[in-house]
Amino acid sequence: MKKIIALLLALVMVFALAACGEKPVENNAPAENNAPAEAPAENAVTVKVGFIFLHDENSTYDLNFIKAAEEACKAAGIEYILKTNVPEGQECYDAAAELVDEGCNIVFADSFGHEDYMIQAAKDFPNVQFCHATGTKAHTENIANYHNAFASIYEGRYLAGIAAGMKLNQMIEEGKISAEEAKIGYVGAFTYAEVISGYTSFFLGARSVCPSATMEVTFTGSWYDQALETEGAQKLIDRNCVLISQHADSLGAPSACEAAGVPNVSYNGSTEEAGPNTYIVASRINWAPYFSYIIDCVKNGQAIDTDWTGTFATGSVELFPLNEKVAAPGTQEAIDAAKAALEAGTLHVFATDTFTKDGAELTEYLADVDTDDAFTPDTNVVSDGYFHESENRSAPYFDVQIDGIELLDVNFG
Amino acid sequence: MNKKTRSPLFHIAKRSTLPWYRAWAIRGGALILALLVCAGVTALLTGQNALLLYVTMFKGSFGSARKIWVLLQNIAMLLCVSLAVTPAFKMRCWNLGGEGQVLVGGLASVLVMTLLSPYLPNWLLILAMLAASVLVGAVWAGIPAIFKAQWNTNETLFTLMMNYVATQLVAFYIAYRFPKGTGTMGVINGDTRAGWMPYLFGQQYLLNILIVALVTALLYAYLRYSKHGYEIAVVGESERTARYVGIKVKRVIVRTMLLSGAICGLAGFLLVSGTDHSLSTTSAGGRGFTAVMVSWLAKFNPIWMIFTSFLLVFLGKGASEIASQFRLNESFGDILTGIILFFIIGSEFFIQYKIMLTKSAEKEEKAHD
Repeated sequence: MKKIIALLLALVMVFALAACGEKPVENNAPAENNAPAEAPAENAVTVKVGFIFLHDENSTYDLNFIKAAEEACKAAGIEYILKTNVPEGQECYDAAAELVDEGCNIVFADSFGHEDYMIQAAKDFPNVQFCHATGTKAHTENIANYHNAFASIYEGRYLAGIAAGMKLNQMIEEGKISAEEAKIGYVGAFTYAEVISGYTSFFLGARSVCPSATMEVTFTGSWYDQALETEGAQKLIDRNCVLISQHADSLGAPSACEAAGVPNVSYNGSTEEAGPNTYIVASRINWAPYFSYIIDCVKNGQAIDTDWTGTFATGSVELFPLNEKVAAPGTQEAIDAAKAALEAGTLHVFATDTFTKDGAELTEYLADVDTDDAFTPDTNVVSDGYFHESENRSAPYFDVQIDGIELLDVNFG
Repeated sequence: MNKKTRSPLFHIAKRSTLPWYRAWAIRGGALILALLVCAGVTALLTGQNALLLYVTMFKGSFGSARKIWVLLQNIAMLLCVSLAVTPAFKMRCWNLGGEGQVLVGGLASVLVMTLLSPYLPNWLLILAMLAASVLVGAVWAGIPAIFKAQWNTNETLFTLMMNYVATQLVAFYIAYRFPKGTGTMGVINGDTRAGWMPYLFGQQYLLNILIVALVTALLYAYLRYSKHGYEIAVVGESERTARYVGIKVKRVIVRTMLLSGAICGLAGFLLVSGTDHSLSTTSAGGRGFTAVMVSWLAKFNPIWMIFTSFLLVFLGKGASEIASQFRLNESFGDILTGIILFFIIGSEFFIQYKIMLTKSAEKEEKAHD
């Protein structure tokens, strides 16, 4: 009998606990309820935005979008719906169509692989604006309601690279490494232009202050895979890389760096929490200005740019505050100086006198700007002594394998 | 009291077969319990209102006409793969290679779709894709079947390994075609829509659903009324008996596995031609494994499988809808699905066995004292 009573008591406790848990219900539950009470401006369109994200808040990449989406929508006082963990397949089309059903007049998707499904949806729902980050097809598809956006993040990467170079210099000065040992490790996702542009601009930034710097890159073949990213970072550390950066979205690489005590430069989000003693700085695209822009366009009945590129000036390219504990002294000053020069146009990240390909300077380069299945190069983007990144279209197309960077592997997932 | 050996609180005994309505009552009860536990866990961990959870879950599947179509489409796809593995299962041949067979089937469709689309009219292209998928799917299942029939290799491991080979084949193809891409293929023939299955009455998924419904009916008839179906049942019960009555066991194994793979190939074709118009390493979406549960829970009966696949799709969608709407992460959806599956599988235990309290016997003793 005792046993039964004990069992019953245990059950009662469990349910009591569950009941307690139910009390503090904050009714912020579904995202739709975030609608503010303010009346919309005179005869303007009521805007409702639907967002499609590849992963959820655990991915630094998606978290960056999610935060910006909330910020921009709250500032504009409009309704919005977030859909997370939407794969790059028919699910994306279904999600977009459902958002239209729920009354959204802007639908936004954040991952490269969503593009074709967004285009399909844009064709099926001509009255809704479809905006897609990182995509490459809007400028050739000629669909009035389909738009791409990106930012000149390579400039932000370059500044983050300067912080890395300063750190290498500090290590050299302190005698921890010799100048020749200034080897950076980089964990990339895919051998894809956005990633190549990212690590190259980062490397050029580092080399602009630490001329002996070299870099090794390993790929995971996935945008988000914590285990592979940890492994990749560890492999680079084992190969005597003294500083790590990454373009992949989990906390894998920062955590591995923290465990090994190797300085780390992040991307898309501050990873200071995961690596308080190793995190230096992170660059990111702030998407809030773009979201505010498209919301205003629809509200005022204006056309959205087919291909929008954010810059320092729009507030789209940002650096998180330096982690002073890890960053070398003088880093902030060096970054500020370079940023001013970039903004003034006196400094170019991909200036052709700062790098070589197969030992030769780049005088001409046909990039694949107009996307096709075969990645056919179609546009010369080198002139006036620099590679014109993100000018012919917003998404990066710099995919030159420059000297000084060694790819350890390639990975296609 | 002290002298007595402590007897356990309860003991377990095998049940005689339950009438079907009691078995389903137990399953229903398990489901309700599972939902209660899910609500409790969610409330405890996140402080969300439990009732709101169920509403969200329901809305996730039935919230709008489009959601219902998507639900039906998902049921159809899961059902199709489940139908595929069922004949093999009924023969006690554990084909766990559904995932791989679907992928190679899809890959065959993709190849035909990209290579032949300039040369064939659309209807012929679609038929060619269908034929290629079914054939390649069958071959993918046929390889382990021949090894099992000839050398009695373990089909469970063999088919599992074939999954990895299939996944890598798809990854290789994508890397080969799009070396500078991000591991995705993109939509094929987006402009011409060549090789895309036609929309029936303006509904993209209707044709898919009808095809799977037809396959369900055919497979039911095949297993129930045909000589092949009978042979499968006999081989499943006892290979020796089968041999004794003159059934060519090897032939039945290979034939059934070919059928199994062919239907998986069909599922791959439906994915490529009917919905995604693309293929990735995760296109099969674990259906090859979920199918095991669908088939098993329905006792290998294709008609019941409609119901069990509905159940699993509905719960899965509900769980991810909860995770998305309440801003919990994807893992939380997985936790909920895990809880539900635990209870559903657990219910099968209570259908097979009963638990009896040992107390009653003790009480009787006391009464005698």
